[in-house]
Amino acid sequence: MKTLVITESDESDIRLGSLSAIAFAQSLPEAQLDTLCVADVFGENPTADSHAAVIAAAVNQKSYELVVAAATTYAKDVVARAAGLCGGSMASDVISHRFDGDQLLLDRPMFAGAVTATVTLSSIPRFITVRASAYNPVERSIVDNLNSLDTESLDVDYSDVPCAHWKSLASRASHRPDVTEAKIVVSGGRAFKSTEDFERLVGGLADGLGGAAGSSRALVDAGITPNDLQVGQTGKIVAPDIYIALGISGAVQHLAGMKNSKTIIAVNTDPDAPIFSVADFGLVGDVYEVVPQLIAELNG
Amino acid sequence: MKILVTCKRVPDTDQKIHVKEDGGGIDDSNLAYVLNPFDAIAVEEALRIREEYQTNDEIQIVAVGVGVADYESELRTALAMGADRAILVESTAIMDPWTVANTIAAVVARESPDLVLMGKQAVDDDANQTGQFLAALLQWPQATFASNIRFGGLGLQVARETDQGIEEIEVPLPAVVTADLRLNEPRYASLPSILKARKKEIEIIAHTDLQVDADPKLEVLSMKSEISQRSCVMLDNVNSLIEIIRP
Repeated sequence: MKTLVITESDESDIRLGSLSAIAFAQSLPEAQLDTLCVADVFGENPTADSHAAVIAAAVNQKSYELVVAAATTYAKDVVARAAGLCGGSMASDVISHRFDGDQLLLDRPMFAGAVTATVTLSSIPRFITVRASAYNPVERSIVDNLNSLDTESLDVDYSDVPCAHWKSLASRASHRPDVTEAKIVVSGGRAFKSTEDFERLVGGLADGLGGAAGSSRALVDAGITPNDLQVGQTGKIVAPDIYIALGISGAVQHLAGMKNSKTIIAVNTDPDAPIFSVADFGLVGDVYEVVPQLIAELNG
Repeated sequence: MKILVTCKRVPDTDQKIHVKEDGGGIDDSNLAYVLNPFDAIAVEEALRIREEYQTNDEIQIVAVGVGVADYESELRTALAMGADRAILVESTAIMDPWTVANTIAAVVARESPDLVLMGKQAVDDDANQTGQFLAALLQWPQATFASNIRFGGLGLQVARETDQGIEEIEVPLPAVVTADLRLNEPRYASLPSILKARKKEIEIIAHTDLQVDADPKLEVLSMKSEISQRSCVMLDNVNSLIEIIRP
């Protein structure tokens, strides 16, 4: 299957999610992969309008049958628009796949993960975004091998597309890994009353464990944490080895973002909080008392 | 100036969703429906734009739904919030984001709005595709996942929520903008405005009359419920927790 994987890079290196997208593409029979990192093509106006035009042109000129990307905000924006330019055959957030004869069956969550639907795409080219946490990433050396092959230039004219203009990105400088890429994620919820408390307790425990700090929607809405920490149906979807939910009650929308974590640990004052229904280990307690003890133990 | 706002009817998120025994779809026998929460945010934003920017040049807000006759109820919600009028493209056909985007594109051709505001995703299929498809079909610029919208520069200044942080872009009009959670908090319609909304016009267009030539590309073959298999071990004290998390 002639496949184009849309990759993203992080300053110098390819993002982990893109390695999962490559893993999905490689698992298909007669996989024939090319990769395209559109951000490498032009930096002056990185908006969906121009990026999607480049992807659509590549698909048309090279007759790709399949376009794959990790389901990030970038791909949701750009790859969906490219799919719209190429006939609208797209499945998003795919978590597993199999074949029925030569029909590719794709499983994707609906209703905040309460339901898994098995879907097919009727026309080619097909566009698929995969949930990165559902596919083990390939080794980075595989990407190096792909890149050492011929790099081809395409001539794309998108000058007649009315484009939005990129102005700025307010990126939060953080020494911690991204929640989608960490093996341990410590997340805080409504129990935390300020940015300082969140940083000291959630951040402190994440640092003690070498993990990432995440957040429920409530804290982002309250302005206590930035949006890129949000785990949930409309935020980031994570499945780390250990997920520690601190003071998170466990709304369905939050569970949708973390319930496939390997081990889930929850601390909450309310013994009936729904978070305990998806957890492996629970402790009824106040995070303001429990977390300082955990941090002290880890550092001591 | 005219703003088109799309309105989808979705099961209320406060209820448990059950799949039918044969896996052929969700059991909709006792479901309550609401206006898709992200679409409610889009309606609210259109209202705020009208409140802030309306001068002698009137800003008209048109709510659009695509689906069965029952959609009228969600369109009435948009009207009660303050939309001027509503259009229901009526169809009982199974639709995917592609057919819906093509249908809305046909409505855009009739209505010629300056801005289409949509929810970033519907909370039933969670596809997050229709706005991007529509922008591609119209060849209009898009601003997805908007958390702030202001008029200025070439058209709109939009803050977008991305995995890396908040991105600012400038978007010439006409454009498609999709709403994220933090764009605003939708108002509740007052009783008088609910009553007034009953008298507002909902134009019904038969889907077949729009001559939309787009078959669904995404077919749902089956569904199953996801139920947590975990059983939680409750710990007595912090020390037991330390034993579990210590690297």
